[in-house]
Amino acid sequence: MTLWRSIRGTLAALGVTLKAIFRRPATIPYPEVKRVPAPRYRARIVLTRDPRGGERCVACHLCSAACPVNCISMQAAEGPDGRRYAAWFRINFSRCIFCGLCAEACPTLAIQMTPDYELCRRDPLELVFEKEDLLVEDGGKDRDYDFYRHAGIGVAQARGEGSEEEPPADVRSLLP
Amino acid sequence: MNPLWLGLVLTAVKLVVVLAALLTMAAYMVWVERRLLARMQLRLGPNRVGWFGLLQPLADVIKMLAKEDTVPAQADRWVFLLAPAVTACMALLTFAVVPFGPPLSLFGQEVPMVVSDLNIGVLFFLGLSSLGVYGVALGGWASSSKFALMGAVRGLAQLISYELSMSLALVPVLMLAGSFSLSDIVAAQAEVPFVVYAPVSFAIFLVSILAESRRTPFDLPEAESELVAGYHTEYSGMRFGLYFVGEYINMIVLGALTTVLFLGGWHGPWLPGLAWFLLKVGALAFFFIWVRGTLPRLRYDQVMHLGWKVLLPLALVNLLVTAGILLGVRA
Ligand code: SF4
Ligand code: SF4
Repeated sequence: MTLWRSIRGTLAALGVTLKAIFRRPATIPYPEVKRVPAPRYRARIVLTRDPRGGERCVACHLCSAACPVNCISMQAAEGPDGRRYAAWFRINFSRCIFCGLCAEACPTLAIQMTPDYELCRRDPLELVFEKEDLLVEDGGKDRDYDFYRHAGIGVAQARGEGSEEEPPADVRSLLP
Repeated sequence: MNPLWLGLVLTAVKLVVVLAALLTMAAYMVWVERRLLARMQLRLGPNRVGWFGLLQPLADVIKMLAKEDTVPAQADRWVFLLAPAVTACMALLTFAVVPFGPPLSLFGQEVPMVVSDLNIGVLFFLGLSSLGVYGVALGGWASSSKFALMGAVRGLAQLISYELSMSLALVPVLMLAGSFSLSDIVAAQAEVPFVVYAPVSFAIFLVSILAESRRTPFDLPEAESELVAGYHTEYSGMRFGLYFVGEYINMIVLGALTTVLFLGGWHGPWLPGLAWFLLKVGALAFFFIWVRGTLPRLRYDQVMHLGWKVLLPLALVNLLVTAGILLGVRA
């Protein structure tokens, strides 16, 4: 009985492989045919701009804190209007594991992932991207989002005039 | 030219042609196997070197020749160096007795299309097939590595479990043909191939040569998932290549022997003899690859079980039944 089962099982398996020969291979011959990844594919990281064309990043270090492999580093600086920005911003793509945690952590949507997966260089040092390499002239996903419009703090407009902000409370009126 | 010299020259020519053809076929067998196996797994296989990857064997040979030929410090040096040749040589030698085409008339002489028409061809094959395992055993032993040794031990254990049934499966063929010579066996199949008269023998022989070729599902001596690479773990460069090519020569030779013993050799309608022979060998080689692409490796005890408890009794009963029928028919 077992023998019969083994023979039947073997023949069925042989049939499966024989049919597979005539099916189309699943392989994509890479350099000639390039796979188009989904729009939300996590690959090369970019720094996006807000609707007015300014840099979105406020150098809050949240992305570099979230990064599990510590491949983001930056230096914070402050503009004349009190707006923070990154004096330099560096991502080491030879260490990045494309986990997307940085993009998730970013409050200003500055750091975003793109589907450009062709990230290889002859020299590993070329994989260290500086701010100039990372910045793009676009808002990426969620183009209309402008952090300072929401959370102003006296940069885009006066205090309390942000779109989702209440006017500042007079603390003395709250006294009992 | 006197006949002795002519005979010698013809034999030399046949030797060179057979050797070259066999080695080329073995090299392209690797390519065919990799392509077919890939298609069975919905992959493409090697397609980069040359047209459809046809130059892949050449690239592989260059790669292997360029690699360092290492010998482990603890190895039994000479045995280690010589063992790979044993497997390849035994496989090549076996082909000497295989008739691969109808006799040719050259210079007013009948030239048989076989390197050496031994009158004990079948025994010669059986002897060499047992000797071939020495390549595995010695290579594994001389490496003085545990994995290699385990592979070698498995190779030997496998040998004793399939060899008996393989030889016994051949006896009905010998009874049908009434000769040990492979040429006579082919001649006896001019009308009907023996697979029709002895299907059980054919099945047993097919399973046994799968084991003999040490390929899946009987690739226990190699077992790359358990033993790294089994008996050739320590080999590198062209010495590994020799084992590798030996396996493929063996595959072709075993296919050729099955063709000769069961499928009527070069006999067949319409096409010339050599074409039929190559076609049948190709079909069997495809079967080998097909089985490799399908079946997982058997466990150690399962091979023993199959050999001793299934194939051997089956072969014995088959032998008795065939002998009885033959006796009845001929009486
Ligand atoms: S994707 Fe992950 S690993 Fe890469 S920079 Fe962002 S947090 Fe770090
Ligand atoms: S990219 Fe985003 S998270 Fe990183 S420092 Fe700039 S604003 Fe903060």
